[in-house]
Amino acid sequence: MTGEPVTGRRHVVVVGAGPAGLAAADAALAAGAQVTLIDTAERPGGQYHRMLPEAYGATDPGVLQHGYRSFDRRVRRVLGHPRCSWWAESSVWALERRDAPDTADVAHVPGSAGDGPPLVHVLSGTPRRRHVLEPDALVLAAGAHDRVLPFPGWDLPGVYTAGAAQALAKGERVAVGDRVAVAGTGPFLLPVATSLLEAGSRVLEVLEAGRPGALAGGWLRRPWELGSQLGKSGELLSYAAELGRHRVPYRLGRAVVEARGDGRVEEIVTARVRADWSVVPGSERVVAVDAVCVGHGFTPRLELPVAAGCALRPLSAESPAGSPSEVFVEVDGDQRTSRPGVYAAGEITGIAGAPASRAEGAVAGWIAAGGAPESRALATLRANRDRGRAFAARLAAAHPIGRNWPGWLRPDTVICRCEETTYAAVCRSAVDPTRTEPGVAKLATRAGLGPCQARICGPTVAELRRGGDTGAGPHHRPVAEPIRLGELARPPEPPPGSSEPSAHPDSPVEESTS
Amino acid sequence: MSPRLVPAGSDPAGRRDRPLTITVDGDPYTGVAGQTLAGVLLAAGRTSWRQAPSGAPRGVFCGIGVCFDCLVTVNDERDVRACRRRARDGDAVTTQSRATGERDGQRP
Repeated sequence: MTGEPVTGRRHVVVVGAGPAGLAAADAALAAGAQVTLIDTAERPGGQYHRMLPEAYGATDPGVLQHGYRSFDRRVRRVLGHPRCSWWAESSVWALERRDAPDTADVAHVPGSAGDGPPLVHVLSGTPRRRHVLEPDALVLAAGAHDRVLPFPGWDLPGVYTAGAAQALAKGERVAVGDRVAVAGTGPFLLPVATSLLEAGSRVLEVLEAGRPGALAGGWLRRPWELGSQLGKSGELLSYAAELGRHRVPYRLGRAVVEARGDGRVEEIVTARVRADWSVVPGSERVVAVDAVCVGHGFTPRLELPVAAGCALRPLSAESPAGSPSEVFVEVDGDQRTSRPGVYAAGEITGIAGAPASRAEGAVAGWIAAGGAPESRALATLRANRDRGRAFAARLAAAHPIGRNWPGWLRPDTVICRCEETTYAAVCRSAVDPTRTEPGVAKLATRAGLGPCQARICGPTVAELRRGGDTGAGPHHRPVAEPIRLGELARPPEPPPGSSEPSAHPDSPVEESTS
Repeated sequence: MSPRLVPAGSDPAGRRDRPLTITVDGDPYTGVAGQTLAGVLLAAGRTSWRQAPSGAPRGVFCGIGVCFDCLVTVNDERDVRACRRRARDGDAVTTQSRATGERDGQRP
């Protein structure tokens, strides 16, 4: 049998070891479960707590991290726990529903009742080996990646996502450039700029496309709500103070509308934008840079929830400013998805930041492990989570994407970076009556068919085709991670060293609120 | 100017770098154990190493394994994300191109 722990305990598989996944694993262990924690990275932490490589031998890694000590305590507690199997550098490449009528394997899956979570197909190790886990409960905490709206020249080397710049600075100590601009929208631009400064880059300016009015409305209205998120808003204030100390201008209502250069970015064009992000003519400015870091919010990584059959909800339920392509996993008060035995936590349920992700993860892990739903600790966690979500909704409302951003585009601007599908081609397919069906349009334009499988351009193409393809469409990837035919052909192997059950007394669920 | 590694001597994180060498299309690049292949290339000042279908240069974009812009061949293994693969001493990296007319254009 594959992936079955040698114990009578509930086996909880947690996918993603960022703030949500780590909290889920911690709580599930506290509730007495056997836990398998899977992440694509070498070390836990996700993007928020990105750690230096072990091989750097850093004596003081905490200086690069917010809230490092409580994070480090949790990492040690989880990874050192005898009931936890930590699978680093491992990817879930498919989830196989046990109730699916087209699943040929159902007949010989022992005990498959069709009402449990899906089988979890994992690739692990170098060279990669294939494993299949059969959990009693599955917690999905895959997180999100940067969303970047296209602009002319965004495919030049030297244009990075804001997250790439931060990952390289925090995770590898590589500064992406000497003269750097940070642009886009949202509070995440601040820590990115701070990371670049810390790594020795000169940050020329931070451009927030949002207008002062929207920001003031979102950030300053009902300030008592900020008080309940002191950790988070304090963190943002410290970033802002750091920018001030380095005299980095934070310009509101301004955007990068073009990048230019011969083989790599050499200069950018910035422009003032109105509330709908249309460019104010004559406001363009050319700035010499060797790198530009751009982020317009985040795209949740939904391929696994979609593969599991989880219901999605549109963002517009909480923020009418959201674009129609922004969807998240629907969860109930206990982080249950619409699929039995499948829980979701963190950014895939809504972009709410680390504190809310931690609280969601803890609730999900505890319930997934069969912990008592009326536990007092859980009430506190639920309250933390709801406050985190309220804070996030305000931030989202303060940083909407203006609907006229396509005004930046030219007919030959690349929309799909993999296939180099142009804006003109996407527009043509949107009005051609024979190509309005999303699948047909995809084949005709090739947008989304390249190696990234529409991870980068999917939401943008959906939006440009307005009304054509929304909902789960851009996130439907049954093969969640590229797998080689040779890897697929080899039979799955049993998981490496499942640990023996331990006599640990069950302790109440813990949650740090830093 | 170019991307670069924060010097270990001035890094508040207190690093103890151990050097390693890889080759890219036969040319040697010196990096630090623990770095990704993309990190080694960027720190050496190289911002692109792959070609899109039109021949346009590509390097790191997302940095976290999502965009697949940075694909390389490592020791004959194709389509490896350079931003995710840790460099190992002696790795032989060859660059990839999807440009029309090149035999190497298959998708992963």
